[in-house]
Amino acid sequence: MTDRLQRGGDVDEGQPRREDSPFYERQNRLVLRNCGVIPPKIDAYLENGGYEALTMALTTLTPEQVVAEITRSGLRGRGGGGFPTGKKWQAAREAPGQHKFVICNGDEGDPGAFMDRSIMEGDPHSILEGLILAAYAVGAVQGYIYVRAEYPLAVQRLEAAIAEARAAHFLGDNILERGFDFDLEIRIGAGAFVCGEETALLTSVEGSRGDPNPRPPFPVQKGAWGHPTVINNVETLANIPLILLNGSDWFNRIGSAGNSGTKVFALAGKVRHTGLVEVPLGTTLREIIFDIGGGLPSDKKFKAAQTGGPSGGCLTAEHLDLPLDYDSLEAVGSIIGSGGLIIMDEDTCMVDFARYFSDFNRQESCGKCTPCRIGTKRMLEILEKITSGQGEEEDLPRLESLAVLLKNASLCGLGRSAPNPVLSTLRHFREEYQAHIQEKRCPAGVCPALSRYYIQEEKCRACGLCARLCPAEAIFRDEEGEIYRIDAEKCMDCGRCLEECPFEAITGGKKRKKAVQR
Amino acid sequence: MKKTAAQLREKAEDRYPELDAVLQRYKGRGGVLIKALQEAQALYGHLPRPLLIHIAYELDVPLSEIYSVVSFYSFFKTKASGRCHLEICSGTACYIQGMEDLLDYLAEELSLRPGGITADENFSLSTSNCMGVCSNAPVLKIEEELYSEMTTEKLQQLLKERATDDG
Repeated sequence: MTDRLQRGGDVDEGQPRREDSPFYERQNRLVLRNCGVIPPKIDAYLENGGYEALTMALTTLTPEQVVAEITRSGLRGRGGGGFPTGKKWQAAREAPGQHKFVICNGDEGDPGAFMDRSIMEGDPHSILEGLILAAYAVGAVQGYIYVRAEYPLAVQRLEAAIAEARAAHFLGDNILERGFDFDLEIRIGAGAFVCGEETALLTSVEGSRGDPNPRPPFPVQKGAWGHPTVINNVETLANIPLILLNGSDWFNRIGSAGNSGTKVFALAGKVRHTGLVEVPLGTTLREIIFDIGGGLPSDKKFKAAQTGGPSGGCLTAEHLDLPLDYDSLEAVGSIIGSGGLIIMDEDTCMVDFARYFSDFNRQESCGKCTPCRIGTKRMLEILEKITSGQGEEEDLPRLESLAVLLKNASLCGLGRSAPNPVLSTLRHFREEYQAHIQEKRCPAGVCPALSRYYIQEEKCRACGLCARLCPAEAIFRDEEGEIYRIDAEKCMDCGRCLEECPFEAITGGKKRKKAVQR
Repeated sequence: MKKTAAQLREKAEDRYPELDAVLQRYKGRGGVLIKALQEAQALYGHLPRPLLIHIAYELDVPLSEIYSVVSFYSFFKTKASGRCHLEICSGTACYIQGMEDLLDYLAEELSLRPGGITADENFSLSTSNCMGVCSNAPVLKIEEELYSEMTTEKLQQLLKERATDDG
């Protein structure tokens, strides 16, 4: 799958070998090792070391030793939270109760992230093995894999994998004759972003509306149907067999301090080679975009990279050499999130982009708590006001105070992180907001109401060519005679002046975003 | 006066024999409402009110609870789709790569907007949060078939083909 998703490479020379492509050469594919390489079948998985970790753990390690090894590895949740997996397991293991659950969170809802889909479709057994090991470690007898409805192929592959694993006695009663019982069921989501939040996911697994609940109690104390429940992300679970087989020391040698292992990023947007990129945590943005992704198409200037989807923020050119890991991203006001990495060039309007995510968060707010239900709506209204040219100076402090309110008062992670895209664009691209508000101009030419043609004073040499060419006679010489200006009332947006200006002094006009340029 | 699900059901003309086999499996079990609704939608394409009343009765769940679930999840549809249902991805990568131009085109050419259906019932449209095919953005889905790197030109061609297919 990922092979087909990856673009570029030298098609002229026939099918290039994967390892020869610079896109793959610089990656460290551990979690994705099998995706697109072997068929998603148990035979192929077994031939490639599959279920060896499970067999080893069940025959030589106690559940406590498994928890200890994962704790030592420093593995942190790959779904975005970054919570230490070992600690979570430990808490569930120690929680009182006979009945415990493990759940795989495959509700990959962040727009712009698709690594979990790739693993579920391309290597479903690695998730099963991780989940069975989790169940052994915490003492669970029943597990669920929660997959979003948008991924029908993933559901199919996982269902087939579960049947195969059952037939091979890796699932069911008395697994590998070690007196350990565990079975799995798939639960299909129904299109609600908030269900990726763990307490909402639990209510959805129970068959109800996916409304979140306050934490504490945490799911490890009181989860599905009130029983201790471990919820791990797909990519996290796919790491488990690797860690147990190769040891926590091996895992600690990959990545940076406190951020061990690899992370899969979903590289998309305005970049030449898009696709899944698995690199050690701490790899820089520059390496991912330029060395692996081949840079931006048509040599446009890099403007920003969005990480963490609707809960994340953006990184700018000054962050190109920042190591991408949990802690450094948090320090600059973004998050690693599930690993979505959307590249933007100068044609993207950051205010419009913040509006896009605000609209997303407003739609996906479940409505249970007031700060999120009304706050996301008000935030969107202010941003729409700004992008439509009605923005006022006070709107920016208004946005900021709303953001603080949402962060502090919302019930779950959706509301608490909803202001992030707005705060982060305000922090790094405040001048773009100012241009929308003060000059009534969208510098990227995206916002339709603000995309008028505009003569840049510093570039205009007052040659008068544009004024002679203008069919609407909308261009006039400034009173001081130094430059020309465009009368917005008369301008009919034909774009002639922009094309003909010898000094490239004219900008603006609504650029159609279409046409995939690569 | 409050009507019970049974009373409401009396009025419903429709019966759903195919569904009853499915509901039999779920009767009396907890946590199965979403699964039952998904299977019902797979059978009938959408979930009209009489069908929901039937499910409420069979599973002994209040109709209000069923509506609370159906209206919460975007996957459930209470209205019928056109003969050809277009699903356009509105995920971040698709947005950056210009999916709005596709929506503009459909609005201009067919007066078709997300959630809507054309007067001749040939086409209906919805948007999806992210189909997870971000590398090929912008993408459009018709049933299970995925169309990559869409442009308005490609869309125009596709609409032409689909209109003749179905006509």
